[in-house]
Amino acid sequence: MMNNPSLKTAYHLIKRHRVAAAILLLLVFPLAMPYEALAINILIFGLYAVGFNLLFGYTGMLSFGHAAFFGVGSYLTGIAIVSFNLHWLPAIGVGVAAASLAGLVIGYLAIRTRGIYFSMVTLALGQIVYYAFYKADRWTGGENGLRGIKVEVIDLFGFKLDFLNPLTKYYMILVFVAAALWLVSRILNAPFGSVIEAVRENEKRAAACGYDVARTKLLVFVLSAGICGLAGTLRALHLSIVPIDSLHYLQSGQAVMMCLLGGMGTFFGPFIGAAVFLYLEDVVTTMTTHWMAVVGVVFIVFVLFFPRGIWGSIVGWLQRRIAMNDAGRGAK
Amino acid sequence: MGDITPQLLLLQLATGIALGAVYALLAIGLSLIFGMLTVVNFAHGAFYMVGAFLGVYFIGLTGNFWLSLVLTPLAVGAIGLVTERFLVRPLYGRGIDYPLLLTFGLSYVLIEAMRSLFGIEGVPTSVPASLRGAVNLGFGMFPLYRLFLIGAAAVVILGLYLFIEKTRYGLIIRAGSRDPEIVRVLGIDVARIWLMVFGIGTAIAGLSGVLAAPTRAVNPEMGIPVLAESFVVTVVGGMGSLPGAVVAGLLVGIVFSMTSLFAPELAELSIFVLMALVLLVRPQGFFGKAGLMG
Repeated sequence: MMNNPSLKTAYHLIKRHRVAAAILLLLVFPLAMPYEALAINILIFGLYAVGFNLLFGYTGMLSFGHAAFFGVGSYLTGIAIVSFNLHWLPAIGVGVAAASLAGLVIGYLAIRTRGIYFSMVTLALGQIVYYAFYKADRWTGGENGLRGIKVEVIDLFGFKLDFLNPLTKYYMILVFVAAALWLVSRILNAPFGSVIEAVRENEKRAAACGYDVARTKLLVFVLSAGICGLAGTLRALHLSIVPIDSLHYLQSGQAVMMCLLGGMGTFFGPFIGAAVFLYLEDVVTTMTTHWMAVVGVVFIVFVLFFPRGIWGSIVGWLQRRIAMNDAGRGAK
Repeated sequence: MGDITPQLLLLQLATGIALGAVYALLAIGLSLIFGMLTVVNFAHGAFYMVGAFLGVYFIGLTGNFWLSLVLTPLAVGAIGLVTERFLVRPLYGRGIDYPLLLTFGLSYVLIEAMRSLFGIEGVPTSVPASLRGAVNLGFGMFPLYRLFLIGAAAVVILGLYLFIEKTRYGLIIRAGSRDPEIVRVLGIDVARIWLMVFGIGTAIAGLSGVLAAPTRAVNPEMGIPVLAESFVVTVVGGMGSLPGAVVAGLLVGIVFSMTSLFAPELAELSIFVLMALVLLVRPQGFFGKAGLMG
C-alpha cells in the first residue's frame, strides 16, 4: 500500500504545476534516451501530438488532416531559409503563420461537417495540400522533398550556439516546446478552455448557453494547426530536409495514434504517446521489417482495451486510489 | 494543347466513366457500411488492395479470370466478416470514433500482411486474354477492358439495388438503417444483419480491387490514395446514399480524366478541389443524408 496523503499531494502538485513538471522532465529526458536524435524526435512529435490533442482530445474533433499543418510549417520555414535566405527565427514565424492560415482555410470548410464526416473531410482537404506541394516541385523539391535547410549556428542577442551539437539542438528546441506547452496550458485553464470542453460534451447545450460554437471550433482548429505547424518548423530545422511524406494523411494518422496511445484529452498523454511510439519504432525496426504490423496491432489493442491510453489509465487509477483513501479516512 | 478534337473529348469521357465505375463501387461499399452501422471503414482502401492481390493470386492459381472474379470478393468478404465479428462489434455504443480508429490500425496490418505474403514490390498484372484489344465506339477505339469495367460495375450496382429493394433481406437492411431498435423489437437479429452488411461492403471493395488490378500497379500501398479518393466520392455524393455514391463516383472519375487531358499536373488535385466546392455549397453532399437507398 502507498501512504495515502503523499500520493494525493504529489498528484495535485503535478496537476497544478503541469507545465513546470513537463519541462523539468524534458530537461533531464535526453539522459534516458539511447541517443539524442531520438530525444529530439520525441520532443518534436510530442509537440505535434499536443497540438493535435487540443482539437481531438479536448474539443472532440477527430481530424485526419493535421499533417497538412505539420508539413506546411516545415515546408514554409524551409522555403523561407532555402529560397529567401531568411534568418531562422523569422523563418519559424513564417512557418507557424502559414500553418495557422492553412488551419483557418481548412478549418472553415471542415467545421461545416461534424462527427465521422469531419474526419473524412479533413483527410481529403489535407490531401489537397499534399498534392499541391508535391506538384510545386520548383519550390518544394516535389517527390524528393525539400533539401538544404542549413542552420548550423544559432545566433541570438550576440550569443552563438552550435546547432550541430545534438544536445544544444535539443535544448534549443525545448525552449520553443516549453513556450508552446505553457500556451496550451494557459488556454485550457482559461474560461475559453471550459468552453472548449463544453462544446465537446454537448454542442447544443453550449450553444444554448450563448457560446458561438462554430467560432470556438474554428479558433481551436487554428490554434491546434499553429502548434502543429510549430512542431513542423522545428522538424525542418532539426532534419534540414522536409520529406514529402510529412504532408501525407498517414502522418496525420500518426498524431492520432500517438494521442490515443498516451491518452487523449490529457495534458501529458500526447507526449507519453509520442515517446512510446517513437521508442517502440526505434527498437522494433532493428528487429523486424514489419514495423507497420506491430504499430497496427498495438493500436488496435489500445482501441479495444485501453481507449484512455497509458497516461489516461494511470490518472484514472490514481484518482480511484485517492478517492478510496479519502473514503477510507472518512469512515474512520 | 492545340489538337483537342471532339473525338478525343468523348474518348476521355469514356475513360472517366470507366475510372468512375471503380470509384462508384468503392463508395457504395463505404456507404452501405456507414448507412447501416454508422461506421466509416478506414480500412476500405486496404480491403481494395487485398482484393487486387488475391485477385491476381487466384488468377494464377486457377488460370481463370472469371473464377477469380467470384473467389476474390468471397475471400475479402470473409476477412470483412471476421473483422466485424471480432474487432468492430465490441466497439458498438462506445463512441463513433472508435471503429474508425480501429479500422485505421487494421489497414496497417493488412498492408504489412500483403507485403509479407507477396513482397514489397507488388505483383505484375495483365488484362485477361479474352478482354484484350479495343472496340470501336463510333468516335474512336476504346480499350475493351475499360468497357468491361463499366459493364461489370453496372451489373454489380443493379444486383445490389435489386437485392436491397426487392428481397426480404434488403427490406430488413433498409429498415435496420432507419431504426435498428424497432427492427430488433420485431424479433430480427440485427447483429447478424450488421455482420452481413459489413461482409457485403468489404466484398465489394475486394471486387473493385480485382477489377481495377489490370489497369493499375498492384502493390501493398495502392489502397492508401484510394481511401482518400473514395472519401471524396462519398462526401460529394452524400454519406450513406447509394445513388449518391454512383453519381458522385462517375462525376469524380470524369473530372479526374478531363483534368488529366487539359492540365495533367492538376489531375490528382482536381477531385479534392471538387469536394471543397461541394462542401461550400452543399455540405451534406448531392443526396444529403436521406435513407440508405435515396
